[in-house]
This record gives sequence, structure tokens and C-alpha cells, in this order.
Amino acid sequence: MDRIKFNNYRRIKEIVLRNIMLSLTILSLTFAVVIGISLYYKSVPILDQHSVWNLLTGESWKPLKSEFGFYPFIMGTLWVTGIAILISLPLCLLSAIYLSEYAHPRIKKMVYPMIDVLAGIPPVVYGVWGILAVVPFISDTLAPHFVEFSTGYSILAGGIVLAIMIIPLMISVFIEIFDALPGGLREASLSLGATNWQTIKKVVLRKSLPGLAAAVVLAISRAFGETIAVLMVCGNVAEVPKSVFDPGYPLPALLANNYGEMMSIPMYDAALMLSALLLFVIILVFNAISRLVLTRIEKNFAL
Amino acid sequence: MMAATLIIVGSLFMIIATIIKRGLPAMSWDMISKIPGGGFYIGKEGGLLNAIVGSFYIVIGSISLGLLFSLPIVLYINLYLPEKSRLAQFTRLSFDVLFGIPSIVYGAFGFTIMVYLGLRSSLLAGILTVTILIIPILIRSIDEVVRRVPKEMKDAALSLGATQSETIRVILRQVAPGIITAILLSVGRGIGDAASVLFTAGYTDSIPTSLSQPVATLPLAIFFQLSSPIAEVQNRAYAAALILTLIVLILSLAGRYYSRKFSKNKI
Repeated sequence: MDRIKFNNYRRIKEIVLRNIMLSLTILSLTFAVVIGISLYYKSVPILDQHSVWNLLTGESWKPLKSEFGFYPFIMGTLWVTGIAILISLPLCLLSAIYLSEYAHPRIKKMVYPMIDVLAGIPPVVYGVWGILAVVPFISDTLAPHFVEFSTGYSILAGGIVLAIMIIPLMISVFIEIFDALPGGLREASLSLGATNWQTIKKVVLRKSLPGLAAAVVLAISRAFGETIAVLMVCGNVAEVPKSVFDPGYPLPALLANNYGEMMSIPMYDAALMLSALLLFVIILVFNAISRLVLTRIEKNFAL
Repeated sequence: MMAATLIIVGSLFMIIATIIKRGLPAMSWDMISKIPGGGFYIGKEGGLLNAIVGSFYIVIGSISLGLLFSLPIVLYINLYLPEKSRLAQFTRLSFDVLFGIPSIVYGAFGFTIMVYLGLRSSLLAGILTVTILIIPILIRSIDEVVRRVPKEMKDAALSLGATQSETIRVILRQVAPGIITAILLSVGRGIGDAASVLFTAGYTDSIPTSLSQPVATLPLAIFFQLSSPIAEVQNRAYAAALILTLIVLILSLAGRYYSRKFSKNKI
């Protein structure tokens, strides 16, 4: 009798644990949906009053007059992200090729941990670096060559800081993609008399193009959402920037800067939650697409 | 190509050098042992103890909560579900995607929930939001190590009469160093993130004594005090930046040490 009881105890424990774990897993899957719904629920008031098109293309941002045009912020985000990708993409591509195709293992062993550290530095520390190093560099050294005056707090500063911030993500996905390529491909090309560089250009890069594109999309979505570091260096003026030395005001910065006062002005909180919803949806879609592409590539190469 | 690599590595050293150059002169014993005197934004006296302790409270709370959620999920999709299960793949994908969601969105989400429940910004709200932020990181990195555990290990435990859930103990012992690495990784992310606690944890000069009080954090100590016009207050921000950078560097080294230890034990 004792033994049967004991077995029952173990069986019940097994069933209970299994069901707890299953329900936690299912619960976790509804998580993204819950975030989306609650942000949408919060931004309904403003969507009732203005059409989405008007909100996205409106240029005037005057919460007190109930004018909510997101256009300057969307342009700010696009400018900063564009500059960041423009700077980091060539750097990452070249060093990823170097590290995975040319570099001695000892060099890899030295560089990889440094990239890890770069990935681990908190955004706010990047922001401090931006204020101490990038902003003065732009206002004192770079800007006088091009424009009459710039404080340095500009979308260029935001772009440079952001570029350094997304480098670790981009470079590590790039290297992963290159390393996943079957070695036979390279050997076949080399055995036909191609040089190392020809092999990289015509075989490695061509074969990994979809993966590289997915990695860039991943980096773009990371850049979209970066808040504190960009907020600290890009000036935060709600106008569409005309040159790279003008200040800009990206969406996440808008959200972070105004949380204190948003409860006191009607519709303000709905407008800000709409910007959070926008960020959430765009980044969710971008991320899902690029992750799907990357997992598919991983599977195909493994065969 | 080597030049590109050098630029990347060089920028890391530039960042660290800038932070040390500006932060080291601002460091003193008072900085890490006293709370700010006369208000964090205008008071010239005192240090950062409130932010240091606050950050540790938040991280300790959210890591414990995060593990409570992420360990069962990882174990379930790896031990209970078949290898090519749709559910497991979908779970992995969804946490990969959640990993990419910016912390400001989590902060805004936490804020809407707080308003809905009628809570004020507090230690509890901060812990909950940071937990949401780090769960994807915990799950992704723990999943990585649990997935690499040989299937035979579980089979051996089963054949000795263990139930499914009892095999967990065997697996957990095997992946313990990997879990520590994952924890260190998420401590780094959680301690350094400003945007998620900006809405939810608030800021204060004192050290909270209950879960419902607002709490100061290191990243916000940098963010708020840097914008002050007073040099002494700005110094506190630079010192906080140095402390935060040091913490992250130490965490990264420790993570490396543990993951090396882990790969040594590989079967």
C-alpha cells in the first residue's frame, strides 16, 4: 500500500508541474497581444478624433491646442536611423568579412569579447559619451566647415551614437551568417582558381545576401526604439530637420520626455500612447520578418 | 577591412576612456556611501547611495521573478515537447521578437497597467517592468544551453525510473553555469536600462523601505543629474556613469568566465 501511495504522489506532482509549465508557456505567448491591446486601448481617444493619416502627416505639434502631428517625429526617427545605418553598415560588413574570412583565430578571440562588452554598455552611458565626445566634436570641428552655427546637439550626433550602439548586434549576426555558410562552397570556388576576395564577392556575399538583409532590418528596428542615448544628444526640437546639423526629435524621445506632463493635458496621453503603439507595431513586424528569414537560413544551411 | 575592425574596437576604448577620464575625478568615498543632500537636482552635498541601492533592489527583484517565469517555460519547450514541435518553435520566435521590442515600449506598457490599477510609480512597478524586459533575454540564453544538453542524459534519468519532472533536476545541474551566465547577462541589461524605469520606478533621494515607495536607479541618476546646471550635481552623474560602466564590465568578465567553465564540462 505504501508503495502505491508513493507512486501516486509522484504522479500527481508530475501532472501538476506539467500543467503549470504548459500554462506558463501559453500565457507567455499571449504577452505580445496583451501589450498591443493595452496600448491600443489607451490610444483610442485620439484615433476617434483624428484620422491616422492626418496624425502621421500633420506637421504641427501643439498639445495645448489639441494639434498632434507626428510627421516631425517620424522624420526625426528616420533621419537618425538612416545616418546610423549608413555609418555602421559598411563598418560591420567589412569587419565581419575580415573576422570570419581572414582573421587569425587569436585575433577573433581578442575581438569577440570586446564586441560583447560594446553590446553590454548601457544606453545611458553611450549618451554620456555622446555629450562628452561626439557633440563637442560636431559643434567645434565638423559643423563650422559646412554650416554657420550648430550646437552639436543634432541628428548627426544621434546617428553617430546610434551607429556605435547597433554595431554589436549587426556584426554578430553578420558573422553568424558567414560562419553558417557551408565550407564546401568556398573551397569549390577557390579550387576553380578564384582568389580569396573573388570568392568572398561572388560566393560568400551573394549566397548570404538574404541573411544580411534580414540582419540590417533587425538593426534598423533596434535603432528605431533606442531612446535614452539618442534623446540625450539629438537636441529634441519638434521640427523636421533640414540638414544633418539640425536638431531632431525621434519618436521614443518624445515619449520619454513628456511622460510627466501627459496626464494634465487632454488627449496628450492618448497621443503619446499612440506613439508607443506605432513603435511597438513597426518593430514587432520588422523583428518577426527578419527572425523568420534568419531561422529559415539557419535551417537551409544546416542541411 | 582591418581598419573597419580597428575603428569598432577603437570606439569601445574611446567610450571607456571618456567615461573614466570624466568620472574618476568625480569619484570619492562619499559618492558611494551617502545619499544626496538637499535634493538630487540642486543639492551639492552627498552621493549616489540611493541610486546604487535602488538599482540593486530592482535587479534582485526582477531576476528572481524573471527566473520564476522563464525557467519553467524553457524546461517545458525543451523537455516536454517533441524536438520539432510547432509550439516550441513558435515560443522561441515570439521571445526572439519580444527581445527586440524597445524598453521604452515596455515602460509605456508598464505605465498603462499602473494607471489602470491605480498604482503610483514605485519599487514594485519598477521591478515588474524590468522583469518583463529581461524575461526574453533569460529565456533566449537559457534555452541556448538547455538545447545543447545531450538527449541521452534525459533518457538515462528516465530509464532509472525518474518521472519527466524529476529529470529536470539532472538537467538543471548540467546547465547551472549556463544559467548563471544568462543571469549575469540580464543583470547587465536590467541595471543599465533607463527607459523602462523612467515611467515606472520614479526617482527619489532616499532609499525605499517598502515596495510601494519610488526608487532611484543608476541610469536615471545619470540621466537626471546630467541635465542639472550645477557642476557638483553633474559630477554625480559622471561618477554614476563610471560605476555603471564598471559594473557592466565586471559582469561581462564574470559571464565569460562562467561560460568557459561551462564549455569545459561539455560531454
